[in-house]
Amino acid sequence: MIRSELIQKLSDENPHLYQRDVERIVNAIFEEIIDALSSGNRVELRGFGAFSVKKRDARVGRNPRTGESVSVEEKHVPFFKAGKLLRDRLNGQES
Amino acid sequence: MAAKTLTRMDLSEAVFREVGLSRNESSQLVERVLEMMSDALVDGEQVKISSFGTFSVRSKTARVGRNPKTGEEVPISPRRVMTFRPSHLMKDRVAAGNRGQ
Repeated sequence: MIRSELIQKLSDENPHLYQRDVERIVNAIFEEIIDALSSGNRVELRGFGAFSVKKRDARVGRNPRTGESVSVEEKHVPFFKAGKLLRDRLNGQES
Repeated sequence: MAAKTLTRMDLSEAVFREVGLSRNESSQLVERVLEMMSDALVDGEQVKISSFGTFSVRSKTARVGRNPKTGEEVPISPRRVMTFRPSHLMKDRVAAGNRGQ
């Protein structure tokens, strides 16, 4: 499933909404999550999962082609952990 | 870091601000989006949201695990796990926003 299919499906279920509004709704949801993480916040969606930011320490990396050492700066990366309900559903335990 | 935790309520609020729907309808739409994504994943489908990221399901084979406390061997049955790969855009924005934090 891709973004446009999600929008189409939600649009079909909500004939009273303009498709362009459904598009804005879906975009607003994902945008809000990225915004939250960019500000160092977490987003916890019970049953689905939680998005958080993890810190990666600075390290000395290596250019795999030349073997040369390069310093890699500390950085923050997005992380997602699936929620219990979804994990259970993936393994056939509908509750 | 201002470790605030956002929930469904904040997402509904964002939808509410974006389009002039009621708060109630906004939260129902957020719920539906999460349900649709979950259902697709449970069906084994990949969920690819451009400029956000890709959720996919991987199957893991059975293996023998060990209870770290007792050292006892326990069988781990085959299972499906979900992974999320953030898009470049998301990685860049998260890295930029948290720089020096």
